[in-house]
Amino acid sequence: MIPGPFDYHRPLSVAEAARLLLTLGNEARPLAGGHSLIPMMKLRLATPEHLVDLQGIESLRGIRRENSRIVVGAMTTQHDLLASNEIATSLPILHETALLIADPQVRYKGTIGGNVANGDPGNDMPALMMTLGATYRLEGAADAREVPAAEFYQGAYFTALEPGEILTSVSIPVPLAGHGYAYEKLKRKVGDYATAAAAVILTMAGGKVASCAIGLTNLSEKPLLATEAAQAVIGTSLDEATLKKAAAAAQAKMSPAADARGPVEYRKHVGGVMVMRALQRAAGRAA
Amino acid sequence: MTKTHVKMKVNGAEVEGLVEPRTLLVHFIRETLQLTGTHIGCETTHCGACTVDLDGASVKSCTVFAVQANGADITTIEGMANPDGTLSALQEGFRMMHGLQCGYCTPGMIVRAHRLLQENPNPDEEEIRFGISGNLCRCTGYQNIVRAIQYAAAKINGAQFKEAAE
Repeated sequence: MIPGPFDYHRPLSVAEAARLLLTLGNEARPLAGGHSLIPMMKLRLATPEHLVDLQGIESLRGIRRENSRIVVGAMTTQHDLLASNEIATSLPILHETALLIADPQVRYKGTIGGNVANGDPGNDMPALMMTLGATYRLEGAADAREVPAAEFYQGAYFTALEPGEILTSVSIPVPLAGHGYAYEKLKRKVGDYATAAAAVILTMAGGKVASCAIGLTNLSEKPLLATEAAQAVIGTSLDEATLKKAAAAAQAKMSPAADARGPVEYRKHVGGVMVMRALQRAAGRAA
Repeated sequence: MTKTHVKMKVNGAEVEGLVEPRTLLVHFIRETLQLTGTHIGCETTHCGACTVDLDGASVKSCTVFAVQANGADITTIEGMANPDGTLSALQEGFRMMHGLQCGYCTPGMIVRAHRLLQENPNPDEEEIRFGISGNLCRCTGYQNIVRAIQYAAAKINGAQFKEAAE
C-alpha cells in the first residue's frame, strides 16, 4: 500500500501555503494530520501531485479565549483539545466528542481543522460545530473570510473552500454557564465512524427547555442541524411524548446511506435513539 | 519525483537518508534504518503494530510520511530497554505477566504503553484499556497485556504489583 508519487512542501506561513496551493492548482492538497488523506492515498483513491504540509506554520496551533469565544487553530490536534483545561471547562461537549474520535494514536495526529475542512460526512466535529454555532476562518493568499459552520458544507467532500483557501481556525461561542450538553455516538467499535450520532446543547429554566440545538453526524451526505426537532422540545420538560416527537422530526431530515453500518431504516432508527439519549443526558447535566 | 533529504533522531542517534516523499515512516524505519522491531500489521491505521513514539506522541508509522518526521525525535521498540540494556519496567511486565502470545502486536503495545504511562503514571484498568484501544491483539484477549502495564506502572511508582481480586 504505497501512495502515488508526489512532491512535498513545508511552508512556514499561511500566506506561503495559500500561494503554493493556488499556484499548484487542483493537483495540490493541504496536509494536516494526514489521517484521512494518507489512507486515501494508500488506496490510490487520492493521488495528489503535491502535498502542502501545514505542520511548520506555528500560528495554526493553539487554543485561546477571545472574550466570549474560544478560537482553536486548525492544526490543533484532538489530543491537544483533550489536554486543554479551557476546553474541558468552557466547552465540555468538545472534550466529550474528541474522546469518541478514532483511537489514541489517531488523536495525536488528527486535527480539528482537518476534521472540519475535509467534508467527510462521517467526521464528528462538523455537526458539533454547527450545533455550537461556530464559524470557520478561511484564508487565501490575499484575503480572509469567516464562514458559519452551518453554511460551510455543500455535500460529501464538497465545502465552501475556494481554490487556494486554507481553513485556519475555528471560532466557537462559549455556551451559557449551566448549559447541558451531550454527544451520543453509536459505533461498531473503537475507531469507527458513527453509525449515527447526535449532538445536543440546551439550557433549562424552571424544569423546562429554554433553548436547544441538535446536530446530526453521518446521517446524510453532510452534517445536519435538526432545527425542527430542537424547536419541538422548547418549553417542554422532555417527557416521553416530546422525546419521540423530537426523534421523529430529526428522522424526517435524515437520509443516511445503506452501508456496512446498516440499512437506511436501521440507521434512521438509531439516529432517533441517539437524539433522545442526547436530549435526556444533556438535560440531566443542565443547571 | 525528487528525493528529499531527511534527518531525525531515532533512539537517541542522529540518522539521515534520502527518501521519496511517498515513503512511509514505517518503511524508512524498517528498510532504510534496518530497525525491524516496528511491525507492519494492517497498513490501514487500525491495528497499531507500527506504533512509534514521535516527539512525545504515539503515532502509527504506517500513516506518517518519513518527510513529515523530518527533524523529529523518534523512539521505537529498539529504544525501549534501559540504558544498560536490561529490560525496562514495561518489557519486564510483558515478560512476567505473559503479556504476549505470538508477539506480533507487542512492539506497538509497549511503545504505546510507554507514552500512556508518561502521561498517566498510575492508570486504572479502564484507563489502560482506553489508552491501548488503538492497538489490536488477536491472541491474548488483552487481559495479560493490561496486567503487564499494571505491573510496569507499579514498578515505576515503586509499589508492589497487586492483582485485583477476581
